[in-house]
Amino acid sequence: MRYNQRSIPSIDKIMLQGINLACVRGDRELFRDVNFSLEAGGLMQVRGPNGSGKTSLLRMLCGLSNPAAGEIRWNGASIRALDGEYYGAMTYIGHLSGTKDDLTVIENLRISSALAGFDIGIDQAKEALGYIGLQGREGLPVKVLSQGQRRRVALARLLVCKTSLWILDEPLVALDVAAVKLIQELLEQHLREGGMVVMTTHQEIDITAISTTQLHLA
Amino acid sequence: MFMWIIKRDLLLAVRRQADVLTTLFFFIIVVSLFPLSVGPEMNMLRTMAPGVVWVAALLASMLSLGRMFSNDYLDGTLEQMLLSPQSLSLLVLGKASAHWLVTGVPLVLMAPVLGIQYDLSGEALLVLTAALLLGTPVLSLIGAIGAALTLGLRGGGVLVSLLVLPLYIPVLIFGAGAVEANMSGMEFDAHLSLIGAFLLVSGVFAPWAAASALRVSLE
Repeated sequence: MRYNQRSIPSIDKIMLQGINLACVRGDRELFRDVNFSLEAGGLMQVRGPNGSGKTSLLRMLCGLSNPAAGEIRWNGASIRALDGEYYGAMTYIGHLSGTKDDLTVIENLRISSALAGFDIGIDQAKEALGYIGLQGREGLPVKVLSQGQRRRVALARLLVCKTSLWILDEPLVALDVAAVKLIQELLEQHLREGGMVVMTTHQEIDITAISTTQLHLA
Repeated sequence: MFMWIIKRDLLLAVRRQADVLTTLFFFIIVVSLFPLSVGPEMNMLRTMAPGVVWVAALLASMLSLGRMFSNDYLDGTLEQMLLSPQSLSLLVLGKASAHWLVTGVPLVLMAPVLGIQYDLSGEALLVLTAALLLGTPVLSLIGAIGAALTLGLRGGGVLVSLLVLPLYIPVLIFGAGAVEANMSGMEFDAHLSLIGAFLLVSGVFAPWAAASALRVSLE
């Protein structure tokens, strides 16, 4: 909570901007001159065929890698300069689940959210896991869960970390119909509350948002 | 946050005891091989004891370095740590501390028992344990840099030893030197003070260096 409040000076100011971004992998240029801006309540869907650099773009937006050219700005300041302040306002869920096989579901959720700066109690963690459809499985080690259930454990972080920007790389992979609907509702609620979402997906999903941007990578 | 990382890594170590035990048994076996191969010549054993125990501790500590970050790297938790609003150096310090608690502390506790095989006097055993207590955290801290640099590389295990072992040399010299000084009736305080100084310096710089290396490795 603390980080969230500190990183949002005023609702209308929040903005994620990409300016002339370029990505190079080896000798190959994946994309160049990518520009976008995303404001509070905005959804950006990154589309493109396999290997077009969707994941690379998302990793850049998180600050995990540097763009070959261009700059990413959060509220007008470069994310490189913001560092911790930006990370406190952003949640990234990538291809890797970010869960430890040997830890239980609830331990995983509590530890990963504590690392993200949100210290949650057992009750709050149980509530979030119940909502995401893992009721009764809190005490199981993650290694016995199915792919879809692991995905749910990772996504449960969205419920407890009150960040304004969500960067989701294929969040719907391995999820069943009910879970996809649940995530759709969750995203819509987040957008209604003034949050921002950047996501990639190959599945057709209809999310209502104040503004929806489609970013096509060739 | 620091405590969360330590708690997490200790919990993981408890769930995967095999990893911890292999390191400890490696240390025990290597140290025990020497008296068996050299034979019961007390004078020779006493002279070589500090060096053998330290070299074995170095190798044992290095054996587990590969695991310090690689498991977290493979399952994506390391990525999440990099995206934490907390300082990454602090998180690395937490991981190095957990590594020491899991691999270093058992070595320190086992060393006096193994020292008996080498006919060390009570006081020499005490000095050996004190030197290891100060020196093993340095091994974990410096090792964190090597582990971070070689993360995700093929054959990283060999490379990490080439990178890290030369950096271990000062600790080895003064660690073994403290015990030798004590056995020859000299003061050993200076040796221990120097290892303490290494600990302070590496405690400040190693987490920072390892954190920078991690950012590069994950890019």
